[in-house]
Amino acid sequence: MIKVRFFARLREELGVDQLQVEWSSGMTVADLLVDLKRRSDLWQKSLSSPNILIAVEQRHATVDTMLDDAAEVAFFPPVTGG
Amino acid sequence: MVAYSVRVDTADFDANDLLTQMHRDAPQIGAVASFLGVVRATPEQPLESLYIEHYPVMTEAEISRIIEQAQQRWPLNYVQVYHRVGRLAIGERIVWVAVSSAHRGAAFQACEFVMDYLKTRATFWKKECFADSERWVEQRASDVEKMQAW
Repeated sequence: MIKVRFFARLREELGVDQLQVEWSSGMTVADLLVDLKRRSDLWQKSLSSPNILIAVEQRHATVDTMLDDAAEVAFFPPVTGG
Repeated sequence: MVAYSVRVDTADFDANDLLTQMHRDAPQIGAVASFLGVVRATPEQPLESLYIEHYPVMTEAEISRIIEQAQQRWPLNYVQVYHRVGRLAIGERIVWVAVSSAHRGAAFQACEFVMDYLKTRATFWKKECFADSERWVEQRASDVEKMQAW
């Protein structure tokens, strides 16, 4: 299973802070997004925003990043710390 | 061997205590450059509080990676970062970065570098809370450009 987390405004839009998704061999973040966007129009819209950042195993990643089983993936808006 | 400390916490910090810690942990310093970020008032309507969310563990890991990059670019002695999260009022301390080095050039530059990278890479999100509304702060293009210019 892949653990997926959402933060900040994205979490508020989706109404979910984390969920689990079935893993399959060769899965990338792009594959995961296709899967998540199918949930509803809201998920489709929110996750299609151009500025969504991705982390895999707590490191900045891209849609091409491959996922291992039990990986943690996070999606979030551009950061605003400091 | 370069040392550093990273702390992300709701608790307030005292710059003097942090500098004392730095002296204790890395006594061979000639120059210390530092930055303090404070919650500022919002121009249009009174800010009730600033709420800072973060991605626990990734935040600390990302800041550590930023510090490692700084240490590769400049001859540094010690880097110290403290970033608060949770609910803060106007005037409260948000972030502290301090860098020590043998000489001031590296200390000044590395301090600015760490702040520029922290603002665009470290997983924090600020939300402005007003009397009857709230708004997530947007990342500024100028912050991204500044980071990319290093």
